[in-house]
Amino acid sequence: MLHIVNKSATERSTLESCLRMATKGSAVLLIEDAVYAATNGNAAAAKIQAAAADLKIYALGPDLAARGMAGRVLDGVNVVDYGGFVDLVAEHSNCQSWL
Amino acid sequence: MSDMDEMEDGSGIVKKFMFLNRKAPHGTVYALEGLEVVLITAAFDQDVSMVFTDDGIYQLMKGIDTKGIEVKDFSRTYRALEGYDIEKLYVDQASLDARGLTEDDLIVDVTVLSVDEMANLMVEQDVVISF
Repeated sequence: MLHIVNKSATERSTLESCLRMATKGSAVLLIEDAVYAATNGNAAAAKIQAAAADLKIYALGPDLAARGMAGRVLDGVNVVDYGGFVDLVAEHSNCQSWL
Repeated sequence: MSDMDEMEDGSGIVKKFMFLNRKAPHGTVYALEGLEVVLITAAFDQDVSMVFTDDGIYQLMKGIDTKGIEVKDFSRTYRALEGYDIEKLYVDQASLDARGLTEDDLIVDVTVLSVDEMANLMVEQDVVISF
């Protein structure tokens, strides 16, 4: 399953809700303000790194760049472009957007 | 003379305005709209402080490149604030820490305040407007 999160983890609890529900082997794609969670030093970084043991974590590159965060991505997080976003949706049988 | 009379004869009341910015730049329209209102306020020669806390400090990140998401990059406007005599820019130390950032990561010169200093600054304002 593909989980998509679009809100900042330092403002909303949607990333936490997502990580609580996501089962082993699932993918989590961070887009829009959710990409901050995948950057070095962010308060949510430890949660992302812990989750990366069981989940595949992706972050949308254009959203990172638009926030000045392209050079600060956590190790273990895969950066994808819009084509990669489409591939993730196509590869997974279902998806959940944590609005 | 009442406050209203003073405004009507243009003698000019100057109030202390704090603009409190707590939202990241592109996920919502708050940051851009807040910036527009700050520029309008400055045109009326008011005493303006801009404060960035929580995700609001992300508005000031260096190296923003919005080409990929096809929205306006308004981060350069913060550097132009000085030209509108808006020179009081404050950032919350705890918010920087929670995001692994330092002053050096920001596009403009700011004054970094502790929580207590920030709280005191807020109390002394005539008007606080939140974005």
